[in-house]
Amino acid sequence: MQSFFATPFGTLVFTVGAILVIMVPVLIGVAYLTYAERKVLAAMQLRRGPNIVGPFGLFQPFADAIKLMMKETIVPTGSNRVLFLMAPMLTFALALIAWAVIPFGEGLVLADINVGVLYLFAISSLGVYGIIIAGWASNSKYAFLGALRSAAQMVSYEVSIGFVIITVLLCVGSLNLSEVVMAQQGLWFAIPLFPMFVVFFISALAETNRAPFDLPEGESEIVAGFFVEYSSMSFALFFLGEYANMILMSAMTTILFLGGWLPPFDIAPFTWLPGPIWFVLKICLCLFVFLWVRATFPRYRYDQLMRLGWKVFLPFSLLWVVLTAAVLMAFGWLPGQA
Amino acid sequence: MIAALAFYAFAAVLVTSAAMVVTSRNPVHAVLFLILAFFNAAGLFLLAGAEFLALILVIVYVGAVAVLFLFVVMMLDVNFAEMRSGFVRYLPVGGAIGVVLLAELLIVGLAWTVSPEAPRLLAAPIPEGVTNTQALGRVIYTDYIYLFQAAGLVLLVAMIGAIVLTLRDRPGTKRQDVTRQIDRSRRDTLDMISVPSGQGMTVPPKPEVAKPESPKPPEPAHTSHGGGHH
Repeated sequence: MQSFFATPFGTLVFTVGAILVIMVPVLIGVAYLTYAERKVLAAMQLRRGPNIVGPFGLFQPFADAIKLMMKETIVPTGSNRVLFLMAPMLTFALALIAWAVIPFGEGLVLADINVGVLYLFAISSLGVYGIIIAGWASNSKYAFLGALRSAAQMVSYEVSIGFVIITVLLCVGSLNLSEVVMAQQGLWFAIPLFPMFVVFFISALAETNRAPFDLPEGESEIVAGFFVEYSSMSFALFFLGEYANMILMSAMTTILFLGGWLPPFDIAPFTWLPGPIWFVLKICLCLFVFLWVRATFPRYRYDQLMRLGWKVFLPFSLLWVVLTAAVLMAFGWLPGQA
Repeated sequence: MIAALAFYAFAAVLVTSAAMVVTSRNPVHAVLFLILAFFNAAGLFLLAGAEFLALILVIVYVGAVAVLFLFVVMMLDVNFAEMRSGFVRYLPVGGAIGVVLLAELLIVGLAWTVSPEAPRLLAAPIPEGVTNTQALGRVIYTDYIYLFQAAGLVLLVAMIGAIVLTLRDRPGTKRQDVTRQIDRSRRDTLDMISVPSGQGMTVPPKPEVAKPESPKPPEPAHTSHGGGHH
């Protein structure tokens, strides 16, 4: 068996198997994230949420998926056909390929590359293309406005995300995600770098176009923004991509600040749970905060959103990069300096 | 074998999409082909073992620069028919310029000789036990730190120049001053008046300076609203 996986064909089979082992839980997670969102919002608004399809409404996501698949795919007459259909696929594919470098436990990673952090950053910065192409190819005013908003918003918040990542990297001394997690043994980065943790989380909300930064969709102003012309599966792909991105951003938050698969304390009752379970629990916590924020805050006004990104987060995170570097330098804590 | 196949695939798509950038009619398509070209260049970097450069290329050019290109190009209102009119009229001048440029390129290209020292530089090895990210960092931030800082200064000058050229103070724009807004208290802006029912009242003119010592007992909201019923 061991020799079979060493052959090129065996490697291929193994890789495809590993991809499926990651993809299927992620997609099920996406399905149940939509359910969790409706249930959590309902609980916060003293409603019941979906409770008809299956016990406690647990089959609701599948009912929704089947409904979407049965619908007719409409391509508007004036649209750019190829790009119109390419955009949702791009969004969906980008949301999934990022999972290749996420470490679920010690050594449990599909591709343990040296530049994992950069890879994640690159993938998340590409997410804007799906939206901007969709908006342009739809040949519709609302879609285009949504796309432009989204492009400006994502490019703005990426800058502060970049600085936050640099701060973490300064403390780790490596771009490898597993090493980022291992560096947090004993002390999660959320504690010493708490302000950056907050900046990162808020920027993650903006990067995934979630409330209170969901201006690209803004249903009360531009109907549904960039995907107003989409229907059926092409709409479903956007939807899946958006929720997969939420899970991905939560995973990034977990890896960079909440100690990845590490238990909160390295003592008996906490170490009984295996690493991947801790990882999933932390992701769920982050996702809950995503939903909580949506239920709590009203949508930002567009100029305030831009102001927050460029005039508050950018100088603040830049200052923290300098401060972190100075502290590490002054106390000789810089990794790899010894 | 797989690496060679990947190289030819990346190279072929790179050259094709680069050609499409200059030949496609629709500027948005041109930018999208440019992005495809960037991606394949990143793939070539990866094959060469320079994963840091590959990802930086994607982050900087695809993730930021090309988004801005696309942003601008999408908003252009290009009239293709108008662009093609006058093609024959401009052909002689345009053609002449093209010929001159081609001749210059040929002169430079034919006079090109490769120094015998050059191949030695090409094979500059990455030091043992160091990833290429660290090797690059060492070269840029340790060995050539002053040159790097000088390059940064040049960019800073360019940035300041761009801001100076485009920044203008338009009179009449309404701006939100967040500090002032947060600074306002309820006492500065709000008066609770109970209006006698059925009689109405005129709003007294606001005093120039708000008197902070005059105590205004907070009234329940319903009394202030109650007078307004029709």
